Amino acid sequence: MKKLVIAFGLLFSFNVFAEYGLNMTEGVTSLSRDIYGLHMMVFWVSVVIAIVVFGAMLYSLYMHRQSKGAVAANFHESTKAELIWTIVPMIILVGMAVPASKVLIDLEDTSKAQMTVKITGHQWKWQYDYPEEGISFISNLSQDSKDAVNGTDADRENANHYLLDVDNRLVLPVDTSVRFLITSNDVIHNWWVPDFGVKQDANPGFINDAWAEIEEIGTYRGQCAELCGKDHGFMPIVVDVVSKEDYKKWVAKKQSEAAAAAVSATKTWGKNELMTKGKGVYNTNCAACHKADGSGMPPVFPAIKGSVIANGSAAAHLSIVLNGKGAMPQFKMLGDSDLAAVITYERNAFGNTGSVVQPSDIKSAR
Amino acid sequence: MTTATTIEATHDDHHHGPEKGLMRWVKTTNHKDIGSLYMWFAFTMLLVGGAFAMGIRAELLQPGLQLMEPQFFNQLTTMHGLIMVFGAIMPAFVGLGNWLIPMMVGAPDMALPRMNNWSFWILPFAGGILLSTFFMEGGAPAFGWTFYAPLSTTFAPDSTDFFIFAVHLLGFSSIMGAINIIATVLNMRAPEMKLMDMPLFVWTWLITSFLLIGAMPVLAGAVTMMLTDRNFGTAFFDATGGGDPVLFQHIFWFFGHPEVYIMILPAFGVVSHIIPTFARKPLFGYSSMVYATASIAFLSYIVWAHHMFLTGMPVAGELYFMYATMLIAVPTGVKVFNWISTMWRGSMTFEAPMLWAVSFVFLFTIGGFSGLMLGIAPADIQYHDTYFVVAHFHYVLVTGALWSIIAATFYWLPKWTGKMYNEKLAKIHFWWAVISVNVLFFPQHFLGLAGMPRRIPDYSLQFADFNFISSIGGFAFGASFILLTYIVIDCIRNGKPASSRPWEGAKGLEWTLEPKAQYHSFNTPPSRKLIKAESQHS
Repeated sequence: MKKLVIAFGLLFSFNVFAEYGLNMTEGVTSLSRDIYGLHMMVFWVSVVIAIVVFGAMLYSLYMHRQSKGAVAANFHESTKAELIWTIVPMIILVGMAVPASKVLIDLEDTSKAQMTVKITGHQWKWQYDYPEEGISFISNLSQDSKDAVNGTDADRENANHYLLDVDNRLVLPVDTSVRFLITSNDVIHNWWVPDFGVKQDANPGFINDAWAEIEEIGTYRGQCAELCGKDHGFMPIVVDVVSKEDYKKWVAKKQSEAAAAAVSATKTWGKNELMTKGKGVYNTNCAACHKADGSGMPPVFPAIKGSVIANGSAAAHLSIVLNGKGAMPQFKMLGDSDLAAVITYERNAFGNTGSVVQPSDIKSAR
Repeated sequence: MTTATTIEATHDDHHHGPEKGLMRWVKTTNHKDIGSLYMWFAFTMLLVGGAFAMGIRAELLQPGLQLMEPQFFNQLTTMHGLIMVFGAIMPAFVGLGNWLIPMMVGAPDMALPRMNNWSFWILPFAGGILLSTFFMEGGAPAFGWTFYAPLSTTFAPDSTDFFIFAVHLLGFSSIMGAINIIATVLNMRAPEMKLMDMPLFVWTWLITSFLLIGAMPVLAGAVTMMLTDRNFGTAFFDATGGGDPVLFQHIFWFFGHPEVYIMILPAFGVVSHIIPTFARKPLFGYSSMVYATASIAFLSYIVWAHHMFLTGMPVAGELYFMYATMLIAVPTGVKVFNWISTMWRGSMTFEAPMLWAVSFVFLFTIGGFSGLMLGIAPADIQYHDTYFVVAHFHYVLVTGALWSIIAATFYWLPKWTGKMYNEKLAKIHFWWAVISVNVLFFPQHFLGLAGMPRRIPDYSLQFADFNFISSIGGFAFGASFILLTYIVIDCIRNGKPASSRPWEGAKGLEWTLEPKAQYHSFNTPPSRKLIKAESQHS
């Protein structure tokens, strides 16, 4: 039955639609293709009904008008007609519900998973964890897109995939059934990659799951699909699907990077070192609200320049960055050295005169 | 009518005529005055909400941020939705109900006239409180008209508490309006009028009133829980305190889905008056229309979670809500088929009200098709929270609900003012609006299918062309309301006198009244004979 649905969908789908972005993507997983098949099936059923219904209506509008000398009939009741147009739609609906139910049940069955990726939504970035491989990183909108938002048309055309590109991509192996565990750290987000047929709410405090077995190597893009505050439109998703060998290499590289980061968190850093690193972390994570020059957007997003917190006790400053406060999200997910760097930067850039914070301070404050 | 009753009616009018000056409108308990107040309030809010929409479309005209910060964009989308739903569409229907129901059931006025005054006068204050949030520290609510927690609780600006208060007031107003309509229909109806004699507008409003009384308290509950979560340390929607953010969505949509039908059932009623009039033929399937309305109302209470297919519901829940949702297509289809059968072998003319009603049937049905597509749970994965949804609900709410309100305005304007509007201008306005509204909303289907999420202030370049077209359509559609304003004011000031039954094929007790309906409609209940003669199905 499912195959029939897909065949029906494919039969009527026009390739031109896809090229001009008029229609839903078929995608690269069995689920996305099933969904596409259902979509096309319901679409064509609707078109046929529309032709019949609108056809009758247009005929009547044309033929039964006073200006053409039509004289009104007086019929106004027919139990037979009412029965027909109650029962026939019921049958059509049942015909659509059967394949839809099958796809739905398949969709929700994540038991075949060969690996797991945990996805955490943050205002306004995604965090990816590979619990079995011990890999964890944050994925932000890429800098050239950020710069182009308020720039010229040329900036946007030159930016790589404007608003659909990130600094750290999720990497997945091809032909592997991946289970996604999706949650959030603050408000509700939604992780959506159209080509996978995966779209699932990320609820704070709860974990949802979804799965995909991607059949083609390539780069796939998506966006957050649940209003999550100011920069909801600026937290894209980019997934690189690679061969199984390349994936193994990538895992090894990420693991050695993680080990290096763990070592660097134990040493004592110089102020200049922290300031340089901190500027990068600040621009990626903080500048969206507090602005690159630290002026913020009062009253919701206060200035860091000259702020009492940034010039006051380091412990209070640290606690706000780690745990959040009101509209300020928590940043526990950043590494110790990143946090030390960015806090030092906030306390010493923009003319501020706060103290230096070391990774060891972060570790003890957690 | 006998001579004696005519004299009595004139006598009554003499004593209870309107007060002079501004205080007439503040103190009025007359259903026609209050109906007019509702309509003008709704129209003002329509223009305000429309201005927000123009701001949204202007920012989306081209990629990049040109006009506003993302936070302000979110405030505009939120307030556009809230103002249109609670400030424009709902009050407009209550206004129509006020004006028309007493006339249609042969009553002198509404059953509870003082409460009627109160339920109107709450509205400007509620609307004022809601709009004032724009000028507060932190700005207006920016979490969407669906105000999902925790974005609307922990992460919201302080002005949210004013929003909550405004929603409470709007809820009071709606519930009182609904009680009044139920009391009027059940107690003030002409003794000779049986329930199955009632015109469909009265039937649809009676059923809508029960939806309002069922749904609005649930909304009040939701915002009260928000209020205590925000201010008094409860954790209904916060997992760290044992709550659940998805609970909010269940409560919201338990209100929200009946709300959808609150905004469309009276529209069905309006169209069921206009089509028979201009087809010069009785409404086809009167009783099946009544039963279909009641079934839609019942189903509207048991399908709410189809807005929540992606929240992580168990598969059994998803299956149930998918089936129940698909079922709504049946009674809705019955209505469309009945309207077309009413047109069939009629003798149609196409004055402005008919043009709006016929285009309602077309465009609402398009919204119905996209609704059916959205109801297929697996496919909803790709549609959810995209512009496809935006296109869908604007087809049902703009070319559905709003269309019927404009149709009703042209249809009953002669009865309200005693004057005729300018038919030629009204036709120009119709074609202007119907073309531009499709340029505005049709491309949004493509945007959604191609993957553009809703509620984003900026988009990647592949969405640029359709957004540009949509914005141009939006500006043209917005401008059409300037002409509408002119046509209505021109009718009130300079319109030619209308006859008491300006539409040849019109039936209904309201057309037996004076050309400009007298201040109190029926001081003597209409006779069985008159009711029969004016009924929709004879």
